[in-house]
Amino acid sequence: MDRLKVNIGKLELQNPVTTASGTFGYGVEYADFIDLNRLGAIFVKGTTLEPRQGNDYPRMAETPSGMLNSVGLQNKGVDYFIERIYPGIREYNTRIIVNVSGSTLEDYVKCSERLEDLDKVPAIELNISCPNIKEGGMAFGTTCQSAANVTKAVRNVYRKTLIVKLSPNVTDIAAIAKAVEDEGADSVSLVNTFLGMAIDAETRKPRLSTVTGGLSGPCIKPIALRMVWQVYNAVRIPIIGIGGISSAADAIEFMLAGSTAVQIGTYNFIDPAISMKVIDGITDYLSRHKLKSVSEIIGKLEV
Amino acid sequence: MKVLDFTVRSNEPLNYQNNLIKVAPADNEPLPDMHPGQFVQVLVSNSGSVFLRRPISINFVDRGKNEMWLLVQRVGEGTRKICEITAGQTLNLIFPLGNSFSIPHKKGRYLLIGGGVGTAPMLFLGKKLNEKGFSAEFLLGGRSQRDILQISEFERLGSVYCTTEDGSLGEKGFVTDHSVLRNNSYDFIYTCGPKPMMMAVARYANTNKTGCEASLENLMACGFGACLCCIEKTTRGNLCSCTDGPVFNINELTWTD
Repeated sequence: MDRLKVNIGKLELQNPVTTASGTFGYGVEYADFIDLNRLGAIFVKGTTLEPRQGNDYPRMAETPSGMLNSVGLQNKGVDYFIERIYPGIREYNTRIIVNVSGSTLEDYVKCSERLEDLDKVPAIELNISCPNIKEGGMAFGTTCQSAANVTKAVRNVYRKTLIVKLSPNVTDIAAIAKAVEDEGADSVSLVNTFLGMAIDAETRKPRLSTVTGGLSGPCIKPIALRMVWQVYNAVRIPIIGIGGISSAADAIEFMLAGSTAVQIGTYNFIDPAISMKVIDGITDYLSRHKLKSVSEIIGKLEV
Repeated sequence: MKVLDFTVRSNEPLNYQNNLIKVAPADNEPLPDMHPGQFVQVLVSNSGSVFLRRPISINFVDRGKNEMWLLVQRVGEGTRKICEITAGQTLNLIFPLGNSFSIPHKKGRYLLIGGGVGTAPMLFLGKKLNEKGFSAEFLLGGRSQRDILQISEFERLGSVYCTTEDGSLGEKGFVTDHSVLRNNSYDFIYTCGPKPMMMAVARYANTNKTGCEASLENLMACGFGACLCCIEKTTRGNLCSCTDGPVFNINELTWTD
């Protein structure tokens, strides 16, 4: 299936369909439903230097065509990942990409350094866009200067493929993308969740323990598409498109807007086999449009 | 776990807010092993406002008919939509999900306490205890007589005691007020229902040094351990109530005395 191959910098993916961090655990959660080896890549759960308990319950609120979450990066820390989880997933015949988050610049650097030695982790995704942690997280992704600083610091210690995951909660996402490209990022993934909130009118209380949380799902797709298009017109590095993808048509739209690959996120919860359907649907699209390679549609929006 | 289309064999309203939906695999494949306490995630079709699946406890499994029963309480738009389904239509489920109640190894007195729609998994559990040769006793609670569901089904499996808040059926009051708790001692208690009820049951169990498991119904998105939304704070840290639960020993929970 060579015609599905795409490249994120020097990293080759067998197809452009990957799964978004925070919606796919470590992959094993989905092993009953799909053949994980067919995925282009798995972006595993957000990993931090130290273990994090995450935020209090309730962490989730359903909204029209989407959901809010405020999980708060619950994870057992990078050492636990390396010692206990990585040995179990390293044999998968797909790309394992670790999403790295932190509260301080030093956290990002140390966490990235530890992951560099893992031979079956060819890339990391720097999460400078999590809206659900009190300190750090999204704060790094909302100004060009701080986004550039953290990218530069990690780039200095991490030689493999470096993807930076951007926040949509900014005035000019293209400027942020440009800033991280200038500091050596190999790729940008966008978008992370939109900051939102939900209220229970009867009780006058917020539906999330943290009051605000990250909005995801099909409701964000039009905004995410627009942002991918804007970033595509501003940078030269490959883009990984994210935002409410729930069908092959959605994935193709993101590729036409300029994405080299896509991540499927929230919709995995509704249909755990959606990623396989998207791969099959893209193959079908290539046949119907008589295309030799999926690369032929990247950024080919006709305006 | 798998995603499978089921054909609805029947959908019958049991009272003003609960439906009993009986389903069988659309392709007639035999149902896999399922255990009391486990649940399914129901896809809600044809609703603009409902996005996520709805977790529904397995009420009963009829092996002879290769049929699974789902007792659904209409609490919001999602469960209302599910209850609109008619015989012959398709219901897409992810199943079976979650852990299950622990089944004892020796004869004893086992009390199954359910409140409202929380009685749903107790029918399946009672059946399993019977199959193991153990008797089960059921203590069912509700606001009023019309809230006590499936009494005749429960009576086939063991003794049934009821409480209603208005006294219209059984003893008046909450389940923990029932005389059966004062006059007997039990080897193990299983409970599912509203949290205040389960807290009271846990208090009774702790006071009487009786082992007890409770089934929780935290809000969840995926149902299989990926989203980390349905966490329960426990003595072992934050656990997913979908995969580490929904059944927890009360000793692990932080809201029990």
